[in-house]
Amino acid sequence: MARYGRGPDVLSGLSFELAPGSFHFLTGPSGAGKSTLLRLLYLALKPVSGTIELFERDVARIARDELPALRRRIGVVFQDFRLIGHLSALDNVALPLRVAGAKEGQIRDHVAELLAWVGLADHVNDLPTTLSGGQQQRIAIARAVIGRPSLLLADEPTGNVDDRIALRLMYLFEELNKMGTTVVIATHNDGLVARFPHPQLHLEGGRLFRVPGRPRAERARARG
Amino acid sequence: MVRTGRDLPLAGDASARFLPWVAGAMVFLAALALAGAMLAQTVAARWQQDLAGSLTVEVPPRTGEVIAEREQAALALLKETKGIADAAIVPRARLERLVEPWLGAGAHVAELPLPSLIEVRLAENAALNFGELDKKLSEAVPGAKLDDHALWLAGVGAVVRAVEAVALAVVALIAVLCAVAVGFAVRTGLAIHRDVVEVLHLIGARNSYIARQFAGHAFRTTLKGGVIGLAAAVSLVAALAEGRGALGPLPLPEVRLTAMAWTAIAAVPVAAAVFALLAALATVHRQLKRMP
Repeated sequence: MARYGRGPDVLSGLSFELAPGSFHFLTGPSGAGKSTLLRLLYLALKPVSGTIELFERDVARIARDELPALRRRIGVVFQDFRLIGHLSALDNVALPLRVAGAKEGQIRDHVAELLAWVGLADHVNDLPTTLSGGQQQRIAIARAVIGRPSLLLADEPTGNVDDRIALRLMYLFEELNKMGTTVVIATHNDGLVARFPHPQLHLEGGRLFRVPGRPRAERARARG
Repeated sequence: MVRTGRDLPLAGDASARFLPWVAGAMVFLAALALAGAMLAQTVAARWQQDLAGSLTVEVPPRTGEVIAEREQAALALLKETKGIADAAIVPRARLERLVEPWLGAGAHVAELPLPSLIEVRLAENAALNFGELDKKLSEAVPGAKLDDHALWLAGVGAVVRAVEAVALAVVALIAVLCAVAVGFAVRTGLAIHRDVVEVLHLIGARNSYIARQFAGHAFRTTLKGGVIGLAAAVSLVAALAEGRGALGPLPLPEVRLTAMAWTAIAAVPVAAAVFALLAALATVHRQLKRMP
């Protein structure tokens, strides 16, 4: 069960398992609790009751000083990006590497390469506030994936970009998934969900439904 | 350009503006307190050194008696005493100079019935019985008194210890205020940058990573202000030393701070900065434990 402060229960009675290396869409209407579920998974919120196991560890039993190491295995794309305004695009993306103690010499090339991949090669030194919403979103995605996380959680990661960029980002997530990263993407974009064969976790009315993925041929027919 | 360890924009906070001033004022006061304590120590050491192995015999004037005869009688007795290497009457002119700082340059000291003083230098390792000598002197020259400076030096020692204690209390108080100011700045910084701190946590930053940034900021701002405070304190001490001459003769020996003392004073801003760093680290760790 999860709730904010003394407010009403946001989620309750949920039980599900994500197989390592799986790819899921998290769907559901606004207010269904998608963001709350993600917050639970990226350890920003503690459940009021129940257990969450991540990487075979019961989160409630993990010592406080072990949390950073666990969080470094989770990449998060926040819905509101949560970029650090006074840091350049490069420094924002470099943060996960820097907090993990990577050498500065290795960081720059690696980050610049990833920024180029998400189409921001010309903006490495720009501050987020000077960039468009879509560009900021791509920085947030680059920051989430730079550390090759074991689990990637993305909250509406394609909400502010055009279809071409959205597809490009989805391919990036798929590439990560092929390398073993478990991916969960919360989205409202039914069109995007329909283009990919991945199963859904659908939240509605406080319940969680598993919707299996569709084979590529069926998806092609659905797209007409 | 890659920036390291500046994920939190602390340099733009209000604390970056007020902390150097607070640190400057505190270092100024701490440096003055330290200088005062060390000067008092130096003066006491000088007095101790000057008076070691010596005695003073005071022969007061008596009505109906010639003071020159009385002082000669005392001098003769002293010179005969075993353990005394030398004894000499302090010339009248020097006596008058000795009392001038107490009475002022305009006083007519020449007309005063000053006691005669005899300076006595003891032989090395002399085992002199001061009580017996004092008794013999009083018998030979009624009213003559022997002063082995023990009482006076004990008083000076007490004063120096008191000055040291006050200086220590001032430095301790300043340290507490410094910790409070740094703690306030850190708590404000954490509140202002709560979002950034949360993001850093969520991407796996340890508390120590965040604390180091606050500590570095506290160190730099305190050192910056501390250097200014030190410069002000040194200027004031130099001005006071300069102005001492203009005050005329004073009942204090002219002493200067040793190189060691100056080094200790120069280290005050660094010590304050290190203290601020430690205070910031402790505050950040304490505050972050309360965050999710």
